[in-house]
Amino acid sequence: MCFTIINEASNQKLAIPGTPRQLSDRTFQEPMQLALFLIFAALAIAGALNLLLQKHPINSALSLVVVMMSLAVLYWTLGAEFLAAAQVIVYAGAIMVLFVFVVMLLNAGEEEHTTGSRAAYLAGIPGATAVFCLLSFVFLTESHAIGNAHLGGMLDNGLNNIAEISRVLFTRLLLPFEVTSVLILVAILGAVVLARKDDETPAQPITTKAAVKEEAKEEVHV
Amino acid sequence: MSLLNTPVPISAYLILAAILFSIGIAAFLIKRNVISVFMSIELMLNAVNLTFVAFAHRWHALSGQIFVFFVMVVAAAEAAVGLAIIIAIFRTRKTLNVDQINLMKN
Repeated sequence: MCFTIINEASNQKLAIPGTPRQLSDRTFQEPMQLALFLIFAALAIAGALNLLLQKHPINSALSLVVVMMSLAVLYWTLGAEFLAAAQVIVYAGAIMVLFVFVVMLLNAGEEEHTTGSRAAYLAGIPGATAVFCLLSFVFLTESHAIGNAHLGGMLDNGLNNIAEISRVLFTRLLLPFEVTSVLILVAILGAVVLARKDDETPAQPITTKAAVKEEAKEEVHV
Repeated sequence: MSLLNTPVPISAYLILAAILFSIGIAAFLIKRNVISVFMSIELMLNAVNLTFVAFAHRWHALSGQIFVFFVMVVAAAEAAVGLAIIIAIFRTRKTLNVDQINLMKN
Protein backbone atom coordinates (compact mmCIF):
# COMPACT_ATOMS: atom_id res chain seq x y z
CA MET A 1 0.00 0.00 0.00
CA CYS A 2 2.75 2.42 0.96
CA PHE A 3 4.41 1.76 -2.39
CA THR A 4 1.46 3.09 -4.38
CA ILE A 5 1.13 6.13 -2.18
CA ILE A 6 4.75 7.11 -2.64
CA ASN A 7 4.69 6.46 -6.35
CA GLU A 8 1.70 8.73 -6.72
CA ALA A 9 3.39 11.36 -4.61
CA SER A 10 6.56 11.31 -6.66
CA ASN A 11 4.61 11.41 -9.92
CA GLN A 12 2.65 14.42 -8.82
CA LYS A 13 5.79 16.13 -7.67
CA LEU A 14 7.34 15.54 -11.05
CA ALA A 15 4.31 16.84 -12.89
CA ILE A 16 3.71 20.40 -11.73
CA PRO A 17 6.13 21.93 -9.28
CA GLY A 18 4.93 24.60 -6.90
CA THR A 19 1.23 23.79 -6.86
CA PRO A 20 -0.71 23.54 -3.59
CA ARG A 21 -1.12 19.86 -4.31
CA GLN A 22 2.60 19.38 -3.99
CA LEU A 23 2.60 21.03 -0.58
CA SER A 24 0.11 18.53 0.73
CA ASP A 25 2.24 15.77 -0.78
CA ARG A 26 5.29 17.02 1.03
CA THR A 27 3.55 17.05 4.39
CA PHE A 28 2.21 13.63 3.57
CA GLN A 29 5.43 12.00 2.43
CA GLU A 30 7.77 13.19 5.16
CA PRO A 31 6.34 10.96 7.91
CA MET A 32 6.50 8.13 5.38
CA GLN A 33 10.17 8.76 4.69
CA LEU A 34 10.92 9.05 8.40
CA ALA A 35 9.07 5.83 9.17
CA LEU A 36 10.77 3.94 6.34
CA PHE A 37 14.15 5.24 7.41
CA LEU A 38 13.69 4.37 11.08
CA ILE A 39 12.33 0.89 10.40
CA PHE A 40 14.93 -0.14 7.86
CA ALA A 41 17.86 1.57 9.56
CA ALA A 42 17.01 -0.33 12.73
CA LEU A 43 16.71 -3.53 10.71
CA ALA A 44 20.07 -2.93 9.03
CA ILE A 45 21.84 -2.24 12.33
CA ALA A 46 20.22 -5.27 13.93
CA GLY A 47 21.32 -7.45 11.02
CA ALA A 48 24.87 -6.11 11.15
CA LEU A 49 25.10 -6.69 14.90
CA ASN A 50 23.74 -10.18 14.41
CA LEU A 51 26.44 -10.79 11.80
CA LEU A 52 29.00 -9.74 14.39
CA LEU A 53 27.58 -11.79 17.25
CA GLN A 54 26.63 -15.04 15.55
CA LYS A 55 29.12 -17.87 15.84
CA HIS A 56 27.99 -19.90 12.86
CA PRO A 57 28.82 -18.48 9.39
CA ILE A 58 25.46 -19.49 7.92
CA ASN A 59 23.69 -17.29 10.50
CA SER A 60 26.06 -14.44 9.66
CA ALA A 61 25.30 -14.87 5.95
CA LEU A 62 21.55 -14.78 6.50
CA SER A 63 21.77 -11.67 8.68
CA LEU A 64 23.88 -10.04 5.96
CA VAL A 65 20.98 -10.73 3.59
CA VAL A 66 18.72 -8.79 5.99
CA VAL A 67 21.18 -5.87 5.95
CA MET A 68 21.29 -5.86 2.15
CA MET A 69 17.51 -6.00 1.78
CA SER A 70 17.01 -3.08 4.16
CA LEU A 71 19.74 -1.13 2.38
CA ALA A 72 17.84 -1.73 -0.86
CA VAL A 73 14.77 -0.08 0.66
CA LEU A 74 16.90 2.85 1.83
CA TYR A 75 18.35 3.26 -1.67
CA TRP A 76 14.83 3.34 -2.98
CA THR A 77 13.79 6.06 -0.52
CA LEU A 78 16.78 8.07 -1.76
CA GLY A 79 15.50 7.90 -5.33
CA ALA A 80 17.79 5.16 -6.64
CA GLU A 81 15.28 2.62 -7.90
CA PHE A 82 17.72 0.90 -10.24
CA LEU A 83 20.27 0.43 -7.49
CA ALA A 84 17.60 -0.88 -5.13
CA ALA A 85 16.69 -3.55 -7.69
CA ALA A 86 20.35 -4.30 -8.42
CA GLN A 87 21.07 -4.55 -4.71
CA VAL A 88 18.38 -7.19 -4.29
CA ILE A 89 19.33 -9.09 -7.45
CA VAL A 90 23.12 -8.89 -7.36
CA TYR A 91 23.97 -8.66 -3.67
CA ALA A 92 21.14 -10.41 -1.87
CA GLY A 93 20.58 -12.77 -4.78
CA ALA A 94 23.83 -13.70 -6.47
CA ILE A 95 26.62 -12.88 -4.03
CA MET A 96 24.92 -14.15 -0.90
CA VAL A 97 23.85 -17.34 -2.64
CA LEU A 98 27.52 -17.83 -3.50
CA PHE A 99 28.46 -17.28 0.15
CA VAL A 100 25.82 -19.68 1.46
CA PHE A 101 26.89 -22.19 -1.19
CA VAL A 102 30.53 -22.05 -0.07
CA VAL A 103 29.55 -22.28 3.61
CA MET A 104 27.56 -25.41 2.82
CA LEU A 105 30.25 -26.83 0.53
CA LEU A 106 33.06 -26.45 3.05
CA ASN A 107 30.80 -27.59 5.91
CA ALA A 108 31.93 -24.63 7.99
CA GLY A 109 31.15 -25.10 11.66
CA GLU A 110 31.10 -22.73 14.60
CA GLU A 111 34.23 -20.71 15.00
CA GLU A 112 36.35 -21.31 18.07
CA HIS A 113 37.94 -18.48 19.96
CA THR A 114 41.69 -18.27 20.27
CA THR A 115 44.15 -15.91 21.87
CA GLY A 116 44.38 -14.05 18.58
CA SER A 117 40.67 -13.32 18.66
CA ARG A 118 40.87 -11.97 22.22
CA ALA A 119 43.54 -9.51 21.07
CA ALA A 120 41.26 -8.61 18.16
CA TYR A 121 38.44 -7.89 20.64
CA LEU A 122 40.73 -5.56 22.58
CA ALA A 123 41.89 -3.75 19.45
CA GLY A 124 38.80 -4.10 17.26
CA ILE A 125 35.96 -2.71 19.34
CA PRO A 126 37.76 0.52 20.44
CA GLY A 127 39.11 0.98 16.92
CA ALA A 128 35.72 0.58 15.30
CA THR A 129 34.17 2.89 17.90
CA ALA A 130 36.85 5.50 17.17
CA VAL A 131 36.15 5.31 13.44
CA PHE A 132 32.42 5.62 14.10
CA CYS A 133 32.89 8.63 16.40
CA LEU A 134 35.12 10.39 13.90
CA LEU A 135 32.75 9.83 10.98
CA SER A 136 29.60 10.77 12.88
CA PHE A 137 31.31 13.87 14.29
CA VAL A 138 32.09 15.04 10.76
CA PHE A 139 28.59 14.23 9.52
CA LEU A 140 26.87 15.94 12.45
CA THR A 141 28.95 19.11 12.28
CA GLU A 142 28.25 19.34 8.54
CA SER A 143 24.63 18.33 9.01
CA HIS A 144 23.14 21.69 8.02
CA ALA A 145 25.26 21.97 4.90
CA ILE A 146 24.33 18.44 3.85
CA GLY A 147 20.61 19.10 4.07
CA ASN A 148 17.56 16.86 4.02
CA ALA A 149 16.36 13.91 2.01
CA HIS A 150 13.09 14.03 0.09
CA LEU A 151 11.22 10.97 -0.94
CA GLY A 152 10.89 10.16 -4.61
CA GLY A 153 11.71 12.14 -7.74
CA MET A 154 15.37 12.80 -7.14
CA LEU A 155 16.05 14.08 -10.63
CA ASP A 156 14.37 17.22 -11.87
CA ASN A 157 13.58 16.35 -15.46
CA GLY A 158 10.76 13.98 -16.20
CA LEU A 159 12.94 10.92 -16.81
CA ASN A 160 12.97 8.14 -14.30
CA ASN A 161 16.08 6.88 -12.60
CA ILE A 162 16.70 3.87 -14.84
CA ALA A 163 16.48 5.93 -18.02
CA GLU A 164 18.92 8.46 -16.60
CA ILE A 165 21.42 5.82 -15.53
CA SER A 166 21.23 3.93 -18.80
CA ARG A 167 21.67 7.13 -20.80
CA VAL A 168 24.92 7.91 -18.99
CA LEU A 169 26.06 4.30 -18.91
CA PHE A 170 25.62 3.68 -22.62
CA THR A 171 26.96 6.95 -23.93
CA ARG A 172 29.54 8.70 -21.79
CA LEU A 173 30.62 5.67 -19.78
CA LEU A 174 30.31 3.07 -22.51
CA LEU A 175 33.98 2.05 -22.44
CA PRO A 176 34.15 1.48 -18.65
CA PHE A 177 30.87 -0.38 -18.87
CA GLU A 178 32.24 -2.73 -21.52
CA VAL A 179 35.52 -3.13 -19.63
CA THR A 180 33.56 -4.47 -16.65
CA SER A 181 32.43 -7.35 -18.83
CA VAL A 182 36.10 -8.23 -19.41
CA LEU A 183 36.65 -7.94 -15.66
CA ILE A 184 33.83 -10.37 -14.97
CA LEU A 185 35.17 -12.76 -17.62
CA VAL A 186 38.61 -12.67 -15.96
CA ALA A 187 36.97 -13.21 -12.57
CA ILE A 188 35.09 -16.25 -13.86
CA LEU A 189 38.27 -17.74 -15.33
CA GLY A 190 40.19 -16.96 -12.16
CA ALA A 191 37.53 -18.57 -10.00
CA VAL A 192 37.54 -21.70 -12.15
CA VAL A 193 41.35 -21.93 -12.12
CA LEU A 194 41.63 -21.33 -8.38
CA ALA A 195 38.89 -23.70 -7.35
CA ARG A 196 40.13 -26.52 -9.63
CA LYS A 197 41.92 -29.45 -8.08
CA ASP A 198 45.69 -29.14 -8.21
CA ASP A 199 46.72 -32.65 -9.29
CA GLU A 200 47.83 -33.20 -12.85
CA THR A 201 45.79 -36.34 -13.52
CA PRO A 202 42.20 -35.59 -14.23
CA ALA A 203 39.92 -36.68 -11.44
CA GLN A 204 37.94 -39.85 -12.03
CA PRO A 205 34.36 -38.90 -12.66
CA ILE A 206 32.15 -40.35 -9.98
CA THR A 207 28.73 -40.90 -11.37
CA THR A 208 26.82 -43.17 -9.04
CA LYS A 209 26.12 -43.09 -5.34
CA ALA A 210 27.71 -46.51 -4.97
CA ALA A 211 31.00 -45.21 -6.32
CA VAL A 212 30.94 -42.35 -3.81
CA LYS A 213 30.30 -44.82 -1.01
CA GLU A 214 33.14 -47.06 -2.18
CA GLU A 215 35.52 -44.16 -2.24
CA ALA A 216 34.46 -43.15 1.24
CA LYS A 217 35.10 -46.72 2.44
CA GLU A 218 38.56 -46.71 0.88
CA GLU A 219 39.40 -43.49 2.64
CA VAL A 220 38.34 -44.98 5.95
CA HIS A 221 40.57 -48.03 5.36
CA VAL A 222 43.53 -45.88 4.50
CA MET B 1 3.41 15.08 15.59
CA SER B 2 5.98 17.79 14.88
CA LEU B 3 8.67 15.14 15.23
CA LEU B 4 6.90 13.05 12.60
CA ASN B 5 6.80 15.91 10.12
CA THR B 6 10.50 16.65 10.26
CA PRO B 7 12.30 15.55 7.10
CA VAL B 8 15.02 12.95 7.38
CA PRO B 9 18.41 14.67 7.20
CA ILE B 10 20.96 13.19 4.81
CA SER B 11 23.37 13.04 7.72
CA ALA B 12 21.12 10.39 9.30
CA TYR B 13 21.78 8.16 6.29
CA LEU B 14 25.49 8.93 6.53
CA ILE B 15 25.57 8.09 10.23
CA LEU B 16 23.77 4.82 9.50
CA ALA B 17 26.48 4.10 6.94
CA ALA B 18 29.14 4.94 9.55
CA ILE B 19 27.51 2.55 12.02
CA LEU B 20 27.43 -0.25 9.46
CA PHE B 21 31.02 0.44 8.43
CA SER B 22 32.23 0.36 12.05
CA ILE B 23 30.39 -2.90 12.69
CA GLY B 24 32.06 -4.19 9.53
CA ILE B 25 35.49 -3.19 10.84
CA ALA B 26 34.81 -4.81 14.20
CA ALA B 27 33.55 -8.00 12.54
CA PHE B 28 36.57 -8.03 10.23
CA LEU B 29 38.90 -7.94 13.22
CA ILE B 30 36.96 -10.19 15.58
CA LYS B 31 35.70 -12.97 13.31
CA ARG B 32 37.94 -16.03 13.07
CA ASN B 33 36.27 -17.74 10.13
CA VAL B 34 37.57 -16.74 6.69
CA ILE B 35 34.08 -16.70 5.21
CA SER B 36 32.78 -14.45 8.01
CA VAL B 37 35.74 -12.11 7.51
CA PHE B 38 34.88 -11.95 3.84
CA MET B 39 31.25 -11.23 4.67
CA SER B 40 32.27 -8.30 6.87
CA ILE B 41 34.19 -6.87 3.91
CA GLU B 42 30.94 -7.04 1.93
CA LEU B 43 29.19 -5.24 4.78
CA MET B 44 31.75 -2.42 4.62
CA LEU B 45 31.30 -2.15 0.84
CA ASN B 46 27.55 -1.85 1.35
CA ALA B 47 28.00 0.89 3.93
CA VAL B 48 30.14 2.91 1.54
CA ASN B 49 27.56 2.38 -1.20
CA LEU B 50 24.94 3.92 1.08
CA THR B 51 27.02 7.09 1.45
CA PHE B 52 27.42 7.25 -2.32
CA VAL B 53 23.67 7.02 -2.86
CA ALA B 54 22.96 9.56 -0.11
CA PHE B 55 25.36 12.11 -1.61
CA ALA B 56 24.01 11.44 -5.10
CA HIS B 57 20.56 12.27 -3.72
CA ARG B 58 21.84 15.42 -2.07
CA TRP B 59 23.66 16.84 -5.08
CA HIS B 60 21.14 15.62 -7.67
CA ALA B 61 24.07 13.99 -9.42
CA LEU B 62 23.98 10.64 -11.11
CA SER B 63 27.71 9.93 -10.77
CA GLY B 64 27.28 8.54 -7.28
CA GLN B 65 24.75 6.00 -8.45
CA ILE B 66 26.90 5.02 -11.42
CA PHE B 67 29.80 4.53 -9.04
CA VAL B 68 27.68 2.28 -6.83
CA PHE B 69 26.82 0.25 -9.92
CA PHE B 70 30.49 -0.28 -10.70
CA VAL B 71 31.22 -1.11 -7.06
CA MET B 72 28.54 -3.80 -7.27
CA VAL B 73 30.11 -5.26 -10.41
CA VAL B 74 33.56 -5.31 -8.85
CA ALA B 75 32.14 -6.77 -5.62
CA ALA B 76 30.53 -9.59 -7.58
CA ALA B 77 33.83 -10.38 -9.32
CA GLU B 78 35.69 -10.09 -6.02
CA ALA B 79 33.26 -12.44 -4.27
CA ALA B 80 33.69 -15.07 -6.99
CA VAL B 81 37.50 -14.94 -6.89
CA GLY B 82 37.66 -14.64 -3.09
CA LEU B 83 35.42 -17.62 -2.51
CA ALA B 84 37.49 -19.64 -5.01
CA ILE B 85 40.60 -18.70 -2.99
CA ILE B 86 38.84 -19.77 0.21
CA ILE B 87 38.01 -23.14 -1.38
CA ALA B 88 41.65 -23.54 -2.48
CA ILE B 89 42.88 -22.66 1.04
CA PHE B 90 40.47 -25.12 2.60
CA ARG B 91 41.68 -27.82 0.25
CA THR B 92 45.35 -27.38 1.19
CA ARG B 93 45.08 -26.42 4.89
CA LYS B 94 41.87 -28.28 5.85
CA THR B 95 40.78 -25.36 8.00
CA LEU B 96 38.87 -22.10 7.77
CA ASN B 97 40.33 -20.52 10.90
CA VAL B 98 42.39 -17.45 10.03
CA ASP B 99 44.77 -18.12 12.93
CA GLN B 100 45.83 -21.41 11.39
CA ILE B 101 46.37 -19.97 7.92
CA ASN B 102 49.86 -18.70 8.71
CA LEU B 103 51.92 -20.03 5.83
CA MET B 104 53.59 -16.67 5.23
CA LYS B 105 54.34 -16.01 8.90
CA ASN B 106 58.07 -15.73 9.90
